[in-house]
Amino acid sequence: MSSTIPVQSDATRTAVEVRMQGLSRTYGAVVALDNLDLTVQPGELIALLGPSGCGKTTTLRLLAGLEDADAGTISVGGRDITRLSANKRDMGMVFQAYSLFPHMTVRQNVAFGLRLRGIASATRDKRSLEMLELVELGSQADRYPHQISGGQQQRVALARALAIEPQVLLLDEPLSALDAKVRAQLRDQIRRIQLEVGITTLFVTHDQEEALAIADRVGVMRNGRLEQLAPPADVYSRPATSFVAEFVGLSNRLEGTVSGTTVTVRGRDLPLVDTTTAPGPVIALIRPEAVTLASDAAAESGPLTGTVIALTFLGATSRVTVDLGDTTIMAQLATSDAAELSAGSRVTLTIRPDPVLVSAESAPLSEE
Amino acid sequence: MAAVNQPLGDLAADLTGPAATRRPSGLRASQRRRLNTFRYVAFTVFGLFFLLPLLAMVRFSLEGTTPGSWSVAAWTQIVSYPGPPPLLSSIEITLELAVITSAVMLLLVLPTMIWVQLRVQWFSRILEFICLLPLTIPAIVLVVGLAPIYNQIERYNVSALMLFWAYVILALPYAYRALAAGLAAVDARTLSEAARSLGARWPVVIFRVIVPNMVQAILNALLLTVALVLGEFTVAYLLSYVNLQTNLFEISRSSENAGVLFSASAATLAFAFILLMILSYAGRRLRRGRP
Repeated sequence: MSSTIPVQSDATRTAVEVRMQGLSRTYGAVVALDNLDLTVQPGELIALLGPSGCGKTTTLRLLAGLEDADAGTISVGGRDITRLSANKRDMGMVFQAYSLFPHMTVRQNVAFGLRLRGIASATRDKRSLEMLELVELGSQADRYPHQISGGQQQRVALARALAIEPQVLLLDEPLSALDAKVRAQLRDQIRRIQLEVGITTLFVTHDQEEALAIADRVGVMRNGRLEQLAPPADVYSRPATSFVAEFVGLSNRLEGTVSGTTVTVRGRDLPLVDTTTAPGPVIALIRPEAVTLASDAAAESGPLTGTVIALTFLGATSRVTVDLGDTTIMAQLATSDAAELSAGSRVTLTIRPDPVLVSAESAPLSEE
Repeated sequence: MAAVNQPLGDLAADLTGPAATRRPSGLRASQRRRLNTFRYVAFTVFGLFFLLPLLAMVRFSLEGTTPGSWSVAAWTQIVSYPGPPPLLSSIEITLELAVITSAVMLLLVLPTMIWVQLRVQWFSRILEFICLLPLTIPAIVLVVGLAPIYNQIERYNVSALMLFWAYVILALPYAYRALAAGLAAVDARTLSEAARSLGARWPVVIFRVIVPNMVQAILNALLLTVALVLGEFTVAYLLSYVNLQTNLFEISRSSENAGVLFSASAATLAFAFILLMILSYAGRRLRRGRP
């Protein structure tokens, strides 16, 4: 088999920049990707986050060459690869579905890409084992895929993708088929390996916790466009749009009035994220963890007093839903603090003066 | 086709797999006993229905020239039967036809099916229609259509091996169904995309990634094709070619050689059975240790 893409030695290997410009893709009348611009810095891990159909997987597939863009360009390390076929793009990919070749052992799976590149058998074996050791599966080398667990299969798929020393690593919801504990372990392992190898990586997920935990930057997508691309902390605490605020973490939607650089919510003035917001009535989006509660049996009726109607145990934290009379609000407290409350307790609320994003829509308040 | 009934029955069990023998759940012990009894009775009755004529055929082939005597002369004559044409040569031709038909059918259908599944899925219904079409065409109609073509071919004085074109058409529906079942059991799209991302070209994707995961389906398609070729009579006879079945028919018209007719039929049946068993065994060996 002739080699199409040489495997680089560690010495010559450098992380590359991935640049997508004006990418568009439609399926019939459905616009999957709408003029997307995205640049992934060398060695960076960007997580694309969004609901189903937002275009995140399409972005990944266009980058991998598994589909063709209707318009736009893709360049990797300054080289235009827009029209290059998938097998010549030098990208390692891990899929959502288990994608190991069932008729090959774990070792043969990892060595597959190396074999295609004409690497000598001894080198191939050595490299395969190194990769399997990297994902802590050296002892499973001679097993078939059906003889190992789903989490192990995805780790082997990761080893297989990295074995060819690709320029870019693409991860298409690789953890979504796994149970919660394995998912968290493998997520950490992927991040550790990505940092160790220093490879430019695009990670697609619909799980906000996963995206925030693993990425250098998170890109939140909606209707084929990037709503926000920023470090996880910024996406969470300074969401660019109301969609981002609501998609990434829960948000309370409370009526308020903008005046100047603040919004008044239930008698409390809170700073605005966007200080250019026009004055007038708005919906303020407030994080549950910005709300604190104090048990107050004698509390008189007021804009920030209410009755606890539900408590949800989440482990270290608990979510408390409070009826304020005309709406409900959620607060996220340490479970030890929430233990003092019960359904029917009268409470007084305090809203932390974090910068608040407002939604221009004047829809009725939701259950959130 | 009677000669291939037994192997086809065996093949049916192979195609349906473990599901056919799975114990029905939710049945009480007494119901299960009754069901098992019915199964054994049905199996025995139908087994005897197929087996008795075959045993009678073998017994007849071993009869001597005088009543009550036994002889293997009819069996030894299989090799020495003078013809025309010699029986052994017609057996050779039939076996060669089975090999050529199987090879052409696989080379033609398998890559096409995989390619359609991976690249032009909108065409899959049309392909299915084309492949299943021969089922609806009676052999005599097929021969009427093929006759002018074979008349042209005969000008070049070719052998009966040219029958493989017709046999590929006849075997197409059976092979297609077997291969389609195997292809449906493989996540061909994900496997091909994984292979492509690792640098594989399309031929590598098809022959080194997808095909090895369809071994059982390929063997099933081969079994059906071989069974069809070993038992085919109508097309060969009407196109005036000599294969094993047409030769046996010619022998049957000569009363003094009736013993050879039955010994050759029994030998063909035994051969087909052994061949199909070998293919089935090979399939199981290849699958050992795999999912």
